[in-house]
Amino acid sequence: MVWVNAIVQGILLGGLYALFACGLSLMFGVMRVVNLAHGDFAVLATYLALAIITGLDVPVLWSALVVAPLFGMVGYLVQRFIIQRSLDVSPVTTLLVTFGLSIVIQNGLLEGLSANSQSLPSGSLASASFQVNSQLSIGYESVIVFAVAVVVLVCLQLFLSRARLGREVRAAADDQEAATIVGVNVRHVYGVTAAIAFATVALAGVAFGMYSSFNPAAGPQRLIFAFEAVVIGGVGSLWGTLAGGIILGLAQVLGSQVDTSFGVLAGHLVFLIVLALRPNGLIPARLS
Amino acid sequence: MIGANGAGKSTLLRTIAGLHRPVAGTIQLDGSDITHLPAHRRVAAGIVMVPEGRRLFPSLSLEENLKLGSTRSRSGAWDLDRVYQLFPWMAERRGGPTVHLSGGEQQAVAIGRALMANPRILLLDELSLGLAPAVVQRLYDMLPALLATGMSILLVEQDVTQALRVSDWAHCLLEGRIMLSGRPRDLASTEVEAAYFGLSKRAVGGGG
Amino acid sequence: MTDTAAVGGRQRVTRSRRSAAWGALVGVVVVAILFSLPYLVYANVTGVLVNLFILVSLATMWNLLAGYAGLISVGQQAYIGVGAYAVFVLAGDGISPFLAIPLAALISALVGLPASFLLLRLRREYFAIATWVVAEAFQLVVVRSNSLGAGAGAPLPGMVGLDPALRQAFTYWAALAVAVAALLGTYLLLRSRLGLDLTAVRDNEVGARSVGVRVVRAKRIVYLVAAAGAGAAGAVLVISQLFVQPTAVFTVQWSAYMIFVALIGGLGSIEGPIVGTVIFFLLQQTLADRGAWYLIVLGAVAVLMAMWVPRGLWGLISDRFGIRLFPVGYWLHGMNPPATGPGPKTESPQA
Repeated sequence: MVWVNAIVQGILLGGLYALFACGLSLMFGVMRVVNLAHGDFAVLATYLALAIITGLDVPVLWSALVVAPLFGMVGYLVQRFIIQRSLDVSPVTTLLVTFGLSIVIQNGLLEGLSANSQSLPSGSLASASFQVNSQLSIGYESVIVFAVAVVVLVCLQLFLSRARLGREVRAAADDQEAATIVGVNVRHVYGVTAAIAFATVALAGVAFGMYSSFNPAAGPQRLIFAFEAVVIGGVGSLWGTLAGGIILGLAQVLGSQVDTSFGVLAGHLVFLIVLALRPNGLIPARLS
Repeated sequence: MIGANGAGKSTLLRTIAGLHRPVAGTIQLDGSDITHLPAHRRVAAGIVMVPEGRRLFPSLSLEENLKLGSTRSRSGAWDLDRVYQLFPWMAERRGGPTVHLSGGEQQAVAIGRALMANPRILLLDELSLGLAPAVVQRLYDMLPALLATGMSILLVEQDVTQALRVSDWAHCLLEGRIMLSGRPRDLASTEVEAAYFGLSKRAVGGGG
Repeated sequence: MTDTAAVGGRQRVTRSRRSAAWGALVGVVVVAILFSLPYLVYANVTGVLVNLFILVSLATMWNLLAGYAGLISVGQQAYIGVGAYAVFVLAGDGISPFLAIPLAALISALVGLPASFLLLRLRREYFAIATWVVAEAFQLVVVRSNSLGAGAGAPLPGMVGLDPALRQAFTYWAALAVAVAALLGTYLLLRSRLGLDLTAVRDNEVGARSVGVRVVRAKRIVYLVAAAGAGAAGAVLVISQLFVQPTAVFTVQWSAYMIFVALIGGLGSIEGPIVGTVIFFLLQQTLADRGAWYLIVLGAVAVLMAMWVPRGLWGLISDRFGIRLFPVGYWLHGMNPPATGPGPKTESPQA
């Protein structure tokens, strides 16, 4: 029963990773940009949520409704003014610039706030759980996060396949120049893509804060988890990202069943093995 | 616009479409300067290009490819129904991908996609490239009908005979310069040949 | 737009021997002065310089990877850690930590060899993050190993009984030696056949491949050299701190230092990382009592430089004054300015 419990926890954790990774996957699929500050923006969102919760005395879920659209705007601006400029210099520059952003955000948080770990006060949700039987219980929180992840992925999928703007996003991902000559404002479309990615990052940041404690330096590890989920699942495929997140979550939870300190390492090993076997991920697919 | 490989025909077309910025000179449309207008806004101004190699979007269906053409459409007669009227076969395959289409069919989709924007000036780059002669013939037979709707067409072509047959005015480009201009019927074939291969000593126009 | 056909006659190709001679002279004088510093100044000065030398070595190695081989790594801290722990283990076996430095470099390169087979197959973004994951994995392995002091770390053996003044002087000379070796090694490497290969790869990888450049081999050599360099720097680090701890050596902060220094100084030149390191230290000393602010300022400056001054400060300096202390390229003298051709500027005609 310990193992069943671990598998259930692993799958639910995978939902969190997928929620967190889909923005990375989207930006990589459309703009070929890996935002190395992805994790730090999530941590920033978590702190913002904390400020909103404690400042306005509202529940966790309300804070997400403020943080997500706000981060959407931040994402649009970061794309238009920082990432786009880096892309214009060279693809390598985007890596260097986003890495620089990561360090600046991390140390900015460290200076502005304390280095101590904190957690989001999630109130009654934190302890509530489904009691399946005497040994197996599933926390509401992790189920909600998993559900949010699936809903976000479905919405993203619908947006990309149905909406006019989603069509432009796919076109820009396919062939930037061809999209330009049919009248697509590619830079704006990139901005919108980043806005969506950042909004999901904000949601994931809040979810992370509900799951576990956080500190200003938590970003890089989150980025690594997100990237691992994307690569394991296959770049540019949203459902692949969910699969990748679940595989990573399972590897970590099952690994820590073997030995508490082995969990994260097990995830890394799965990632490195996938890279060694298939450098382009398990499900190479187009964005759709 | 005719000329040998590397004469600068495609570069000229891409510059007009806004993909390259000219080093010198201006681009004017109806007297207004559009040199610094971004490429996507030139579509709204009525300049629409069918690029060399078709450049359809592989992750979009045929109909989505066409619909994308109307992103910055001017008001006009061209819409999905009209394109399907022009190419009836497309309607049956509207939901499918474009990667399985033949080269000629893909070229037709690319033209349809451009028409969806209701262009005033349609830029056609290497229309015949890589296509069977019969297919090329069909595409060229369609051009007079397009011209009849009031749009202008700037055609870049290596196939000189084909291009001269359909055009009202021809320019021959060599190493980025216009060597020869005129109505096709006024141009002697030796003259064209000389300009095409750079045998002529006198340059007619300035650089572009 | 260089018209290669015009080469010949009045033109000649040189390797700026005069500039190289001046560079060598300046280099020898500077190294001689730096070598004698422990006799002249207090240990706190040489202590600061040890950190400076470590950073010059690291940034030089990172610049070799990124600026010349196009390999963007954010995981070179993996080899800082390997070098540090190699010294720790060797010192435990009775080998003098100072003599263990070259061995630590060798061990880092050996550890890097299998990793290179995985990493060098990967494309840009994958490579960057995979190097990071490798570093994280190394750290987690060390944390799980009790004989290496696990997560808490352990003091470096083999240093007791040594007179502190002598120890500090030795540490300083070791750091200086590693920095000089890193710079000189990079210079010689780039002036060798491999340097030409790398330049060809950087300019056009497909083209280089087609004329017979063994691209992966060239990149592997650079990767292993960079691993060895980072290992040596890690070895000096642990000797200067007398204590080895996983979070201190495997932290991604090291990558931040290297990248910021290289970006500010200028990628793709040997002088760049030196200039960048000096700026880094000036900033760090100025903002010393303001916590992490130096890193925030440094990061912001590096980001802006990468976006607007991609060739860094040294690029500005050498463009302005036409100086190169470590000339690795070739010079074409007597060229007329290229005639500007007609027509619009082409933006990479190949698809």
